[in-house]
Amino acid sequence: MRPQTDYRPNSLAQGPDADGCFGIFGGRFVAETLMPNILELEAAYNDAWSDPSFRDDILRLQKHYVGRPSPLYFAERLTGHLGGARIYLKREDLNHTGSHKVNNVLGQILLARRMGKTRIITETGAGQHGVATATLCARFGLPCIVYMGAVDIERQMPNVTRMKLLGAEVVPALSGSQTLKDAMNEALRDWVTNVADTYYCIGTVAGPHPYPMMVRDFQSIIGLETRAQLREAEGRLPDSLIACIGGGSNAIGLFHPFLDDPEVRLIGVEAAGSGLASGRHAASLSGGRPGVLHGNRTYLLMDDDGQITEAHSISAGLDYPGIGPEHAWLHDIGRVQYLSATDDEALSAFHLLSRLEGIVPALESAHAIAKVVELAPDLPRDHVMVATISGRGDKDVPQIAGMMGMVQ
Amino acid sequence: MSRLKDRFARCRRVGRAALVTYVMAGDPDRDTSLALMHALVAGGTDVIELGLPFTDPMADGPVIQAAGLRALAAGQTTARTLDLVRDFRRHDQATPVVLMGYYNPIYVYGVERFAADAVAAGVDGCIVVDLPPEVDGELRLPATRAGLELIRLATPTTDSRRLRRVVGDAGGFVYYVSVTGITGAAAADPERLKPALAAIRAATDLPVVVGFGVRSPAQVAGLADIADGVVVGTALIDALAATLDGGRATDRTIPAVKKLVSALSAAAVSPAPPRPGSRSACPASAVP
Repeated sequence: MRPQTDYRPNSLAQGPDADGCFGIFGGRFVAETLMPNILELEAAYNDAWSDPSFRDDILRLQKHYVGRPSPLYFAERLTGHLGGARIYLKREDLNHTGSHKVNNVLGQILLARRMGKTRIITETGAGQHGVATATLCARFGLPCIVYMGAVDIERQMPNVTRMKLLGAEVVPALSGSQTLKDAMNEALRDWVTNVADTYYCIGTVAGPHPYPMMVRDFQSIIGLETRAQLREAEGRLPDSLIACIGGGSNAIGLFHPFLDDPEVRLIGVEAAGSGLASGRHAASLSGGRPGVLHGNRTYLLMDDDGQITEAHSISAGLDYPGIGPEHAWLHDIGRVQYLSATDDEALSAFHLLSRLEGIVPALESAHAIAKVVELAPDLPRDHVMVATISGRGDKDVPQIAGMMGMVQ
Repeated sequence: MSRLKDRFARCRRVGRAALVTYVMAGDPDRDTSLALMHALVAGGTDVIELGLPFTDPMADGPVIQAAGLRALAAGQTTARTLDLVRDFRRHDQATPVVLMGYYNPIYVYGVERFAADAVAAGVDGCIVVDLPPEVDGELRLPATRAGLELIRLATPTTDSRRLRRVVGDAGGFVYYVSVTGITGAAAADPERLKPALAAIRAATDLPVVVGFGVRSPAQVAGLADIADGVVVGTALIDALAATLDGGRATDRTIPAVKKLVSALSAAAVSPAPPRPGSRSACPASAVP
């Protein structure tokens, strides 16, 4: 079952196929030890997603615990400042825990409980997914272990503290680049060691099937709400949608219910770090090629020998050398346009939105705003553009303060 | 007859389990790696398992992760690993060499080209950790056409229904991962492995080799009773790493590994009555 919307025959929204593939991307590239678990998870998810009581539990907690629906806010001053398209912001930053990550975690934790799993593990980059997972684990009394790259622990200290306050154990990943990909390796090593009782709550639309499909389904609430809210506000569909992409969960959540509306332009924004030409970036689609990592085939940053290279971004949440397989496919078929924003562009958008709208976005979300700033002025005034603010920037304040030379 | 088939048959004849020793290709450098392969054989190795270095080895513990990073830092690539096997084959035509690694470097190399080049270099088989039966066709079919055995893994989580699928198209031998965990993890008790090995034997005639968590001669001796082969990896790399000086090989490196291999090999004797034919011990350095 898919989120209820008016899908057409030959829809782009029907994927993945029975093997978990979107075109050549996706699949189940995991160690044999995990394979039975992956198949069990897929069966349990399909059963739960088609069970009205499971969906009711999600809806109830989305409303009363997360605070959904999140507002679709008309950014009047940003629109006036840019002088072009009418800009709406989908305020995922206003969710409980401060980002869109909670949408997915809520679904997965309810599923883990339904499957009788008693121990939750996860990985986190910026810490937003870690905080969301620690939160839901506290809410349901489950032990929570969060793997986080040692470098990310350093630059996202507020979220580390929050996770610990919520009762989670934060385990530093000390291998490789000590960022998100290494945290994911450590989580996979834990899972393969503790398969029987442990549920791995992946934070984005990547990993082996069914994760990319399942996380997308849980995140599609973003696009479904946007559709309804915009109909109310403007009486029509948007002209363009913009979202930042690391693994790509907030973007696919926004895009998915619009895939079959060809008149809606979809724009994903990757992190270009110091610039695509510098080689120091996290733009897997613009600067990578197809490969296999962490359970799925997708675009990856790698060298000529197939060794994974380190991603670079000012934003810990986008600092990953891969991207969800559905995005890889949407890129290849041309349905979504993937652009990129540099660290500097994101920083400048971060400040602009803070000053103009009183909204301090996460550095991740600032990448989407950077492209709004670039594109909106050249668009007609009746063009309706929606960008997701995937999370709030409180976690980034110490990092930004350090960069600005502010004394705390 | 293939080198793998031949070697397992001979071990069975002489009443021993095949000792499979794992080292990382290019760790700590290419020349040491080549000398090490010959030393493994001289120490009594029956099958060499050569790790293909990868930046993100999700099923490996810290010891093998570090070995891979040392090899990559020394410039090892998939092409150079195949060169290494080619050089090894100049002096050793008999010892089977099996590559073990992750799919991405092979996928990027190109599956058809990899299979052809591996066979041309003298590689006998290939174990790819992140290619379960559901998705391994894209490598298995070109490999089989080229004459490269794709070896499948069975684990404690593989139930009887999956097991039929796992062994169905398997080549070479069945690699039984004795614990749910990563390489270098705690070992499984041989008594607890017996039912799993019996189930595999009931499903296939291929030799069954046990790996993960096997470190000591005593463990090898225990497993030699119940398996056709035993893999030791992390313990050898520990021994190697302990001799390094600032990540570089020293004159103690090869003797240290060889000494451990000799002890492991001596323990790989199976007390089970050998099949008709021979009772003589498998000579420790049967091949040059």
